[in-house]
Amino acid sequence: MDLSTTNFIGDLVREYSPYSWVASIVNGVIAIVAIMAVGVGPSPMLIWWERKVAAFTQARLGPMRVGPWGLLQTVCDVIKLLFKELITPHGADKLLFFLAPALPLTGSFLVLAVIPWDHNLQVANPGMGVPFIIAVSSLGILGTLLAGWSSNNKFSLLGALRCGAQMISYEVSLSLIMLFVVLMSGSADVREIVLSQQGNVTDWWIIKAPFLGIAAFVMYMISATAELNRGPFDMSEAEQELTAGFHTEYSSTAFAMFFLAEYINMVATSALASVFFLGGFLPFAFPDFGFAPIVGVVASINGALAILPGFFWMAGKILFLITLFMFFRWTYPRPRVDQLMSLEWKFLLPANLILLGLGAVFIAFGLILP
Amino acid sequence: MQEYLPLASFLFLGAFMAGSAMLTAKLIAFESGPNAKKNEAYECGVETFGDARIQFKVGYYLFALLFLIFDIEALFLFPCAAVFREAIGGVSGLTAFIVMADLGLFIFILGAGLVYAWRKGALKWG
Repeated sequence: MDLSTTNFIGDLVREYSPYSWVASIVNGVIAIVAIMAVGVGPSPMLIWWERKVAAFTQARLGPMRVGPWGLLQTVCDVIKLLFKELITPHGADKLLFFLAPALPLTGSFLVLAVIPWDHNLQVANPGMGVPFIIAVSSLGILGTLLAGWSSNNKFSLLGALRCGAQMISYEVSLSLIMLFVVLMSGSADVREIVLSQQGNVTDWWIIKAPFLGIAAFVMYMISATAELNRGPFDMSEAEQELTAGFHTEYSSTAFAMFFLAEYINMVATSALASVFFLGGFLPFAFPDFGFAPIVGVVASINGALAILPGFFWMAGKILFLITLFMFFRWTYPRPRVDQLMSLEWKFLLPANLILLGLGAVFIAFGLILP
Repeated sequence: MQEYLPLASFLFLGAFMAGSAMLTAKLIAFESGPNAKKNEAYECGVETFGDARIQFKVGYYLFALLFLIFDIEALFLFPCAAVFREAIGGVSGLTAFIVMADLGLFIFILGAGLVYAWRKGALKWG
């Protein structure tokens, strides 16, 4: 297996082992452990962070009792969920009911696998990485619909339908924005897209494509918020109308799996946003605009910033975007369902098509350099 | 084929994680035994009536169809978009114009489909 990951342990094995596949397996296992650590590990931390951000927005303290600043609150919640009874509601389709929580989790894991976390840290790099991401992220929708249908609960069914309609609608504009990035970078390979942004800040796609980049980024963030079913677009679990939406009947760890998938999806979506628009694992570097007096200073500052490994820059960008998602959730009021659908089909989708056309024209006239 | 092996391992990992989590809860959690009231579907405390697999709005199907059309057309555009810059850079004059016109035509068809759905009232919710 040809993993695009290398590390010193794998290299050591490769040097001293007579079998080349041993090194591959060692590399693969290390990469999988590392990506599990960065993708799944922070989820409890993110739940704590979300509660802290919510508290900050509403001038409260948030969790404070368990551990310093309430850091261990989520650990307690997880333990509590583990000891809860797994209830199957009367009349539920048992097979589908327990299959449903596994699907969103699997889909988000597969997205994590193709994200380049660092120069040498990526589990798999299929040549057409972006279409692959679009394909596997649909697994989440499938899980939602199955969960709603199999629960034998009216709230669940209605919540799942709403959620499905919302997610497929916003997936259209999300894939069109990804298409725009592919058009600009000239490659559907996720790693190539990152490497096409090498240089300083002005080489990131958000700035390098004049005006279009920032428009695409804003539309990506709106679509991603709706795709993740997060507030203000959390129509599927609007408490006042649908109790908890598609996971009303889920208890214990089955519910925890939906919750975990939501947070992993948030990490994956933010990672993709940083890959597409913010330079991915590339370090932050100031531009010097060829202005002679500051060239030396800027170069030394950039050199100092580049000391941090790419992984930290990726994590920093992801944390920034996630915090942005959290601010959205606690700042904006929830729109109605029909408003949400018309926002997508009557504004975002035509805007995306115009964006694509403009992008092609800009490239043809050399306004967007590779 | 071999480079999809790590992806398969992640697929397995996701399924395994969900499965083992639910199994753990089944094994260690306290269970109070089946109970007609407990297993009833939750409807805000009122007694459950009828089946939950009810008829729902046809609008959902309409949006699903629209999604299919647009997503497939977007997927068709991916290879085109990936080679667009090279195609434009490698050729000049008339050929570049034809490449541009091709992509423009495709996007125009996408847009025309949207306008058609809009005019037919398919985008109206409720």
